[in-house]
Amino acid sequence: MMKMFELFRAALTAQTAAAEETAKMFFEPGRFLEMLRYMGVGMLIIFVLIGIIILATLAINKVFSKSK
Amino acid sequence: MDLSILYENLGKFEWYHLVMILIGCLLIYLAIKKEMEPTLLLPMGFGTILVNIPGSEALTGPISELYHAGIANELFPLLLFIGIGAMIDFGPLLSNPKLMLFGAAAQFGIFFTLCMAAMFFGDMDAASIAIIGAADGPTSIAVANALNSQYVGAITVAAYSYMALVPIIQPPVIKALTTKKERLIRMPYEQKSVSKLTRILFPILITIVVSAFVPQATALIGFLMFGNLIRECGVLERLSETAQNALANLVTIFLGISVAFNMTGEKFLKVDTLLIMGLGLIAFIVDTAGGVLFAKFLNLFMKKKINPMIGAAGISAFPMSGRIVHKMGLQEDPQNFLLMHSIGVNVSGQIASVIAGGIILKIFGGM
Repeated sequence: MMKMFELFRAALTAQTAAAEETAKMFFEPGRFLEMLRYMGVGMLIIFVLIGIIILATLAINKVFSKSK
Repeated sequence: MDLSILYENLGKFEWYHLVMILIGCLLIYLAIKKEMEPTLLLPMGFGTILVNIPGSEALTGPISELYHAGIANELFPLLLFIGIGAMIDFGPLLSNPKLMLFGAAAQFGIFFTLCMAAMFFGDMDAASIAIIGAADGPTSIAVANALNSQYVGAITVAAYSYMALVPIIQPPVIKALTTKKERLIRMPYEQKSVSKLTRILFPILITIVVSAFVPQATALIGFLMFGNLIRECGVLERLSETAQNALANLVTIFLGISVAFNMTGEKFLKVDTLLIMGLGLIAFIVDTAGGVLFAKFLNLFMKKKINPMIGAAGISAFPMSGRIVHKMGLQEDPQNFLLMHSIGVNVSGQIASVIAGGIILKIFGGM
């Protein structure tokens, strides 16, 4: 029983240490430029998808406008 | 009998418990006195008090259970989306689908904040913080959870606080980026009838298109559009009523109180939290600027000019943002009615913010 408890505590300590490790903040200004590509890709995908939705909406508006 | 059992728990109070209890009281005050997003800030505030009592059984028991049953698996935000979908009237947007472009432009704040946050945080946390710019609580919670961010509590507080502060944040940004002449541009609303079939097909169409390209957004967009389909189909009045009222209210109560699981002093009182609040503010400002500047850009090519203020309504915060733009238009010219345009842009922001959430998950979820 005690051994199990020790194992559990060790696992918990390791998990907490891992969480603290990932929680570390830093300051790396260079990462701003690294992320710019995601900004470009992300905005491009949004505009393309919205463009498709606009065209499809215009199409259904046109096709079904008579069936009020 | 030893009377120390009466006060032994009092000795366990640390400074951070007291600070968090004060923060909980502040959230309750803002909800009641200032009416800032009271449906969410009040349960969150009370939950914050509950989880910051040393040895709190609420934290290890019901709140933990609710958190794992409804937030960790993203169920509550998705259920709330059914209610939100049932509340949204896409009519103004269907009358003028081009308004959706402004919703897309106003997501710029998300990606700008991603770049900013990446200077201080790892990729997953930076992406989760960036989604505060979606100005949409359920999307923020769902994305931050899916990316396993440890800052879900701070992100939720930032998202809902700034949504409540939209009437304070947006007007100065809009005024700074527009001239009086631009703010006076009138946009007569041409009433176009939208068929019932179009209203029914629209949520189905959006779900298929968005999910096909960004499958990571299927649940978010699907539940939002499912709610809207219930509203528009015309044969499920009772379900629509339930989704808009009972379901949305019930889930909001559980969501608010269980988000507090992440509001313990140990997790919340860090420099990181302040930084996240700052980055969230940047996200809202840049979102607003993105929408306004995009409208100004379009005006360079259009004969019929657009009032650039409506671009700001592309920030999802629905319906506050649309109303603010309408009010600002009336302040400049009491005969300038921008409401239908701004609400159309506002609901498109709701769709675009969900797409942005899916894109963030697509990019960072597989890392």
